[in-house]
Amino acid sequence: MKQLLEGSQAIARAVAACQPQVVSAYPITPQTHIVEGLAELREAGLLSAECLNVESEFAAASVVLGATATGSRAYTATSSQGLLLMTEVLYNIAGLRLPVVMTCANRAISAPLSIWNDHQDVMSVRDCGWILLFASNNQEAADLQPQAYRLAEELRVPVMVNVDGFVLTHAFEPVELPDPDLVRRFLPPPKLRLLDPEQPRSIGMMAEPHLFLETRYDQHQAVTAALAAIPRIGEEFTAAFGRPGINLVRPYRLDDATTVVVSLGSISGTIHEAIDELRTSGQPVGALEIQTFRPFPSDELRLLLGSRKNVVVLDKSLNPGSVDGGVLAPEIKAALYGCSPAPRIVSGVLGLGGRDVTVQDIRRVIVDVLSDKSVDQPSSPRFIGLKRIALNPVQTASTAPPKAREESGVTR
Amino acid sequence: MSASTTTTTVNGSETLENAVPNANSVARPIIPSGAIPPSLGPGHRACLGCGEALGARLALDAARKVALADGGDVVVVNATGCLEVFSSSYPYSSWNVPWLHSLFENAAAVASGVEAALKAQGKTEIRVIAEGGDGGTADIGLQTLSGMFERGHDVLYICYDNEAYMNTGIQRSSLTPFGARTSTTPTVGASPGNRLPKKDLPAIAAAHGVPYVAVASVGYYRDLEKKIETAMHYHGPRYVQIHVPCPLGWGNDGSQTIRVAQLAVRTGLYPLYEIVDGKVTNVRKLAKQPPVEDYLKTQTRFRHLFPKGGSEAATRELAEIQAIADENVARYGLA
Repeated sequence: MKQLLEGSQAIARAVAACQPQVVSAYPITPQTHIVEGLAELREAGLLSAECLNVESEFAAASVVLGATATGSRAYTATSSQGLLLMTEVLYNIAGLRLPVVMTCANRAISAPLSIWNDHQDVMSVRDCGWILLFASNNQEAADLQPQAYRLAEELRVPVMVNVDGFVLTHAFEPVELPDPDLVRRFLPPPKLRLLDPEQPRSIGMMAEPHLFLETRYDQHQAVTAALAAIPRIGEEFTAAFGRPGINLVRPYRLDDATTVVVSLGSISGTIHEAIDELRTSGQPVGALEIQTFRPFPSDELRLLLGSRKNVVVLDKSLNPGSVDGGVLAPEIKAALYGCSPAPRIVSGVLGLGGRDVTVQDIRRVIVDVLSDKSVDQPSSPRFIGLKRIALNPVQTASTAPPKAREESGVTR
Repeated sequence: MSASTTTTTVNGSETLENAVPNANSVARPIIPSGAIPPSLGPGHRACLGCGEALGARLALDAARKVALADGGDVVVVNATGCLEVFSSSYPYSSWNVPWLHSLFENAAAVASGVEAALKAQGKTEIRVIAEGGDGGTADIGLQTLSGMFERGHDVLYICYDNEAYMNTGIQRSSLTPFGARTSTTPTVGASPGNRLPKKDLPAIAAAHGVPYVAVASVGYYRDLEKKIETAMHYHGPRYVQIHVPCPLGWGNDGSQTIRVAQLAVRTGLYPLYEIVDGKVTNVRKLAKQPPVEDYLKTQTRFRHLFPKGGSEAATRELAEIQAIADENVARYGLA
């Protein structure tokens, strides 16, 4: 039965169905509703976890590290600055091969301060050794939670479920919650128990140069193994729950498309609308949504994009000073390297810091690409929706001449 | 793409969790049958006369004795530092207890998670011990330590205080005593060595309202063991700080570690006491109080205070250090 639920509520209910024994988080917008939701579920007797209100995200990540090593399923969620504060622990969790699952309500990184959505946070921790999944709607955001635990516990690799802050976390959509009984069957209790007096082990030892490379190689192999595990677990999920399970990529109207728009996360809904409109007017366009960003599904991308004319990559993150601007675009380029004839790859940066992305914005980019306009320098990124305004130096109220303030017209 | 298997000789994940593939590679102490092996076994890489290695073994063995007697056992979370490095270079581990090392500044938070998991599993007879050096505890790890105290986790936190960052080459920490030379508080100018007072971490711990705080010294090991045993009979967060000479960093003769530690106590520079429910108690009284010079002269980190023929600056510094000891005598009632 579908229920009209806020994204965070749907996520909280799905997490509770996974029966974590330890939950630890620190408040940060827009993650807060998820953790509040879990607290409410605990109050209602629907979750029996130890819930730790810790002093920082750094501690939250450390707590779930310790709990997971002790054999408990553990959960945390964060956003933005919180994710960055966790960075050191994220690497450590991955290196210790602990199957932690977290939800990241994606948000911009300061400065300037912004509480709104983009993907800068997750892209900043891209190399931590976590499996990185992206939800495109609230149904997926909920369904990804049990699948993330299955994946994490099977491969002993931590998994981060990325959910666009506000766009999904605070949006109400009809969602069918994962049935707790089905989840119990789909997700067996965790078996890993490292810190155990019955079998004393030393965990987190020092690796000297003759061993370090081998541990990193193993980590790489384990994360890469998710390329095979993800579609399989997704199929099992579909069989159990009757809904689409997790996959590496999701094609949309790709069949005869010569131009394909590639994206991550919730923006795919807007892209699909633009594609539909252009299809109505006879344009051969399609879209491809990347659901699994780590491990990166290069083979699938090569297969699905290698013979297209144009590939438009839309990024909600920025690597300032880089060739493509966005973080996803160079990865797509790398995946398609050597294809002949090579598709033209156009990089677009959009939606940063919560800037609204409209169907029109997307359509305009595709039309531009189709008509060969403004793509004479395909390697330089397009900043979609950029306003040509002067950002004056910040002035204090006491020193700023009133006229100059009016002229600036920019809210800082 | 299928999951490929590694062809290397060690399994990476197991490497860092040390399932130790070859039992022969593990340093195993010779233990009489039926006896409990030491928590921190021999064969590690600590320096000769390392106060921390001795302190850790005594403390953990004492803690484990209580846990075992109560029908449980211990698990240990270790901050990054000398103790971690000299005891756990894969594939050799000196630990005979379940032991987890994560990062420098998160031992208290990791221990919180371990304790929460054991609680969720109904295994509260397994007691959690977190341990770290003075840098990992008083400086970079103070926030997670405060969080662990404040949330009331049933964790015994042990700080091995060797009064500087020894693992990285003897840099000053907030527990470095006034006047000590470290590699970041050189002995130049008119006011040589560390100019800052030692942070009062036991008082900070007590201010959190934790039930038990103790200051011990590896020089008085029976007292050390007794304090750990007492700590283990309490539940909730507990803090024990143990003074552990570092022959490398302090420049003391490794064979004199115990005597040096005793002199720190006897001169009044490192008072031993407990704080139970917020009240200072069980203070170790000084039969007589030798001058601080007796302690300082045993270590090259204070050598600058004893220039040939003396100096005005050195005399002034020594008087300041003596004043610190005398203040301790008055504050804790050591006389």
